[in-house]
Amino acid sequence: MSKLSIQLPGLDLKNPIMPASGCFGFGREYAQLYDLSKLGAIMIKATTVEKRLGNPTPRVAETPAGMLNAIGLQNPGLDKVMSEELPWLERFDVPIIANVAGTLTEDYVEVARRISTAPNVKALELNISCPNVKHGGITFGTDPVIARELVEAVKAVSKVPVYVKLSPNVTNIVEIAQAVEIGGADGITMINTLVGMRLDERTGKPVIANGTGGLSGPAVKPVAIRMVYEVYKAVEIPIIGMGGVTNTQDVIDFMSAGASAVAVGTANFVDHFVCSNIIDELPAKLKELGVTHIKEIIGRSHR
Amino acid sequence: MIQQERMIVVRQSEIAHHIFELTLQGQIVQEMNPGQFVHIRVSDSFEPLLRRPISIANINKEAGEVTVIYRAEGRGTSILATKQVGDEVDVLGPIGNGFPVDAIPEKGTALLVGGGIGVPPLYELSKQLNARGIRTIHVFGFATENVTFYEDQFSTLGDTHFVTVDGTKGTKGFVTDLLEELKPEFDVFYSCGPLPMLRALENFYPDKPGYLSFEERMGCGIGACFACICKTTEQQEKDYVKVCSDGPVFPKGVVQL
Ligand SMILES: Cc1cc2nc3c(=O)[nH]c(=O)nc-3n(C[C@H](O)[C@H](O)[C@H](O)COP(=O)(O)O)c2cc1C
Repeated sequence: MSKLSIQLPGLDLKNPIMPASGCFGFGREYAQLYDLSKLGAIMIKATTVEKRLGNPTPRVAETPAGMLNAIGLQNPGLDKVMSEELPWLERFDVPIIANVAGTLTEDYVEVARRISTAPNVKALELNISCPNVKHGGITFGTDPVIARELVEAVKAVSKVPVYVKLSPNVTNIVEIAQAVEIGGADGITMINTLVGMRLDERTGKPVIANGTGGLSGPAVKPVAIRMVYEVYKAVEIPIIGMGGVTNTQDVIDFMSAGASAVAVGTANFVDHFVCSNIIDELPAKLKELGVTHIKEIIGRSHR
Repeated sequence: MIQQERMIVVRQSEIAHHIFELTLQGQIVQEMNPGQFVHIRVSDSFEPLLRRPISIANINKEAGEVTVIYRAEGRGTSILATKQVGDEVDVLGPIGNGFPVDAIPEKGTALLVGGGIGVPPLYELSKQLNARGIRTIHVFGFATENVTFYEDQFSTLGDTHFVTVDGTKGTKGFVTDLLEELKPEFDVFYSCGPLPMLRALENFYPDKPGYLSFEERMGCGIGACFACICKTTEQQEKDYVKVCSDGPVFPKGVVQL
């Protein structure tokens, strides 16, 4: 399996495949289906200081080759994640990437400080697609200065490397990527969901109770690939790519564009074994492409 | 245990207007219980993307067959309706906690109340209750005559009453109108149908034990994505339940209606 191994800041990955945050809970449900030690890493559900009950239902709506969601970062809160979910995950030989969310810089700092001390948390993923209540609800991830300052504050307290998850809902993703790199980010994960809306055919009203939702699934892959491609050229830090991955070829595409590893989100809802299957299929795919180690694929679009 | 299997279509037919009865064969049938559901992928492509949760209507363990009854209305179920005998269908299941068949004293009577496409799971339940010697009374509400089904099947199991909103079959009105008239004697009620019906039923029988099966838009179907959350009532320890993995059946009084 060594031809699939990837080393990234804080992360010793057996293979470059990991479930994306919010699409795999804290692993318990998928552990009924297969051995989670097989995975390269696990990105756990967003954790906030206090527990969150999330948005009213309906929270999801299907769209052509995709879906919208407005779960509302429902999670049991930092204390429970630290005392129940992370210790439970220790039975697996797999590094955990903790997705950190909040509404104030102080929230992110508090979650980062404590969650980065958990023995199996090897990296943080800052979810900067959240509204910043101090700045009139503008999303942290859409302003380069706010994004950089947030990364600096979290870097100052985190015991493990910090990856920043970029929002695609910006006019210039490169600018944000460069800002978080200057702020000290150890890596970038991208992309989060694209804000969208679906209307009910009869009433003309939004289907999702929250009005808008985040678009994910195969429909977003071209946008995600383009963004990874652009950001790869503009920063030195590694990228974990995601957005619409459903199969082995998608993984090769993301790595070609510049991703060092790849996360799978929505596809886990459709084919519950998708991560496991991709890991099994990758060696044959590499052979087909005539490469001896998967690392050789990274950034080949640019060479 | 939840498994993913490519099941084989052994029968499919339209049993009422846009209402299809589909029978699938496979290993996972051996694990199935009444009130559980299967999560069906209607196409091997990613369009439409998500699986469809469909409740289990009839389990035949000897033949390794399960029957589901669904309304072909949206993109997914319309594709499912085109499946032919011999086709393979990707099924994840069985999922969820079903109806407790032994929640009722021996020789007792169960009242089964269903609304529209909520009726199917009550069929397997009724079969299993009858096998235990429980008497069953069936009260089903539909929009109109041409979407009703399984009258004969239910009638062989117990007293069966229909009510339609437009009065084209049975009494005119809602299930509660009919219950008002019938005043059935029973020990436990079981129900599946639209929320207003479940709410009306809970209020109608405040002193009887009951079990309600819920529906909510789902994502993963196994409890990981937090799409199908219902708020619980104040008496509960937890603030919420997941319909897919904690339900879809809950004792009455758990979910805030
Ligand atoms: C139901 C759902 C919940 C999600 N929750 C989170 C979350 O808590 N934190 C986060 O950073 N991203 C979250 N995401 C975004 C995914 O991690 C991922 O970035 C996005 O869905 C694109 O990948 P995909 O097309 O493979 O799903 C969520 C996505 C979905 C579909």
